[in-house]
Amino acid sequence: MATTSGRILIVDDEFSVRDSLYHWFRKDGFQVQSAENAAAALKVLQDQRFDVILLDIKMPGMDGMELQQHIQQIDPRAAVIMITAFASVDTAVRALKQGAFDYVTKPIDPDELSHLVLRALEQLRLREENTQLRETIDGLVAVDEIVGDSPPMRKVLELVEHVAKTDATVLILGESGTGKEVIARAIHANSRRRYFPVVAVNCGALPESLLESELFGHEKGAFTGAQFRRKGKIEMADGGTLFLDEVGAINTKMQVDLLRVLETKEVTRIGGGRPIKVDFRVVCATNEDLEAAVREGRFREDFYYRINVFTIDLPPLRARRGDIPALANHFMHRFAAQMDKRITQISPEALELLNAYDWPGNVRELSNAIERAMVVGTPPAIRPEDLPLRKPIRSDVPSDQSLAEMEKRHIAAVLERAGGNVTQAAEILKVDRVTVYNKIKKYGLRT
Amino acid sequence: MGVLYLVPIYCGEARDMVAPLAARLASVFRLRVEQHPPAFDPELAFDPARGQYNSRLLLAQLLNQQAPGATRILGVAGVDLFIPVLTYVFGEAQLDGQAAVVSTYRLDAQLYGLPANRELLFQRLVKEAVHELGHTYNLVHCHRPGCVMLSSPYVEGIDQKSEQFCDACLRSLRQAG
Repeated sequence: MATTSGRILIVDDEFSVRDSLYHWFRKDGFQVQSAENAAAALKVLQDQRFDVILLDIKMPGMDGMELQQHIQQIDPRAAVIMITAFASVDTAVRALKQGAFDYVTKPIDPDELSHLVLRALEQLRLREENTQLRETIDGLVAVDEIVGDSPPMRKVLELVEHVAKTDATVLILGESGTGKEVIARAIHANSRRRYFPVVAVNCGALPESLLESELFGHEKGAFTGAQFRRKGKIEMADGGTLFLDEVGAINTKMQVDLLRVLETKEVTRIGGGRPIKVDFRVVCATNEDLEAAVREGRFREDFYYRINVFTIDLPPLRARRGDIPALANHFMHRFAAQMDKRITQISPEALELLNAYDWPGNVRELSNAIERAMVVGTPPAIRPEDLPLRKPIRSDVPSDQSLAEMEKRHIAAVLERAGGNVTQAAEILKVDRVTVYNKIKKYGLRT
Repeated sequence: MGVLYLVPIYCGEARDMVAPLAARLASVFRLRVEQHPPAFDPELAFDPARGQYNSRLLLAQLLNQQAPGATRILGVAGVDLFIPVLTYVFGEAQLDGQAAVVSTYRLDAQLYGLPANRELLFQRLVKEAVHELGHTYNLVHCHRPGCVMLSSPYVEGIDQKSEQFCDACLRSLRQAG
């Protein structure tokens, strides 16, 4: 039998109406529940969700119009069809304005009722499909954010292109803010799975107990607070890609469970007994040294080898300084469009500042800096004072210089700043004047 | 072999269709079919305000009918049926139950201003009877084109389907039977 699926709630104070509709919809293959008044309906809605709710307007106590407002709060996804014994244009308009899907008068033509419910379900399906497509498109758009033509980034993009065509598990390594999720989305967008969802889970952002139900889903009543059956992220990624960010934060017990899922491609919801077949590709990311974690026993070796099939090492921004101008321009144009601001350039001085900075927070920090500059800056260009970086933090002292050479250079610089005044230089250096004289003599400095 | 009780209720001109209907149903459901008059007053199901017969009340009366050995009981009516919230129904059945009722009233082409067509009326009656009895075997509406379990809330819909079950529905029927 090819049957209809969907859940319907009938709310009517007349038993004969509830009973008739209950049997009518059951024969259509729907799961049907009924409630005799608003209070009973609200009780049912506490722990169940419905696709369509048929609601009698006139009921003792809370009427259908008021109940509809509560339903909008509890389950805005449900399509509410108002039923009344007496047609009134005012009530119909009010119900539709309140967000009802439609309005019918008793007795209802069977043909009209069937069409109405099917139309409501179709609209629901299209809305859900639309949401899913939007999420997918959002994910695909993120690929544009891979900006950079530096040799390290060209290498990364080559690897992405190469691995995307396969179904291999990918481990992306890189410091925080280097854009690991952008790379994961790029792999998905260039793979055969691109028309299916890419589901991202930040394993480090959730406590262990929540992460387990987030990944595996749960059945109703599986644990305290599990009021509804819920699909896990693994199930949601069916057909697509599961992106596990901060994979190093997963505890060893869950690593065993995940390893089993990766091996069998079957997931069992918490509290459920039936394994569900899932077809997905895994991309993991971490800023941790997983090999060290394995050595220290914090990360399982078998799980490490299972996820470390193909590795992409994302360089920190300071290792690809050549990409800074392009990235800064990219973020400037993006925020200009978002903020509707006519800032179209970065002044040479501001660019110099950006190029000199070390960017410990990587691309994310650069994006934040440009966003801040766009907020405080004025057209037509971003200026140094708009940037949250006042002076270069990067030291221009060569790393192979000795301590004595560094001291000499520093004292010379301070003396120059103090205009040759030894007393002032001693104050800045927080040493006594004699020490400064001794150093001048030792290093042959001129005052 | 199970027994299907066929109970004619105000059949009028369709009375002579009951015997051929019994033969068809016997073959489809592999049941021995017996005809019995109603052992209740169908007027109890009449709603004077609507001028129609409440099919849920008729079902309740059919179930009360003394039917020793009956595995299924089907009322065949010639009157207009309704359930309280709907304007009319062609028939009704207990899902996964014992009783069903069908009516020829809205299957008759004359009701729609068309010339009488007894052959068409009989075809529609067979389809509706098989459909409603299918529900008693726990079959719900099917979406496969042509399957007799296809929902047909309007009369032309009945003409678009066959009197046969699709393979899946037939399998479920045989398992349930």
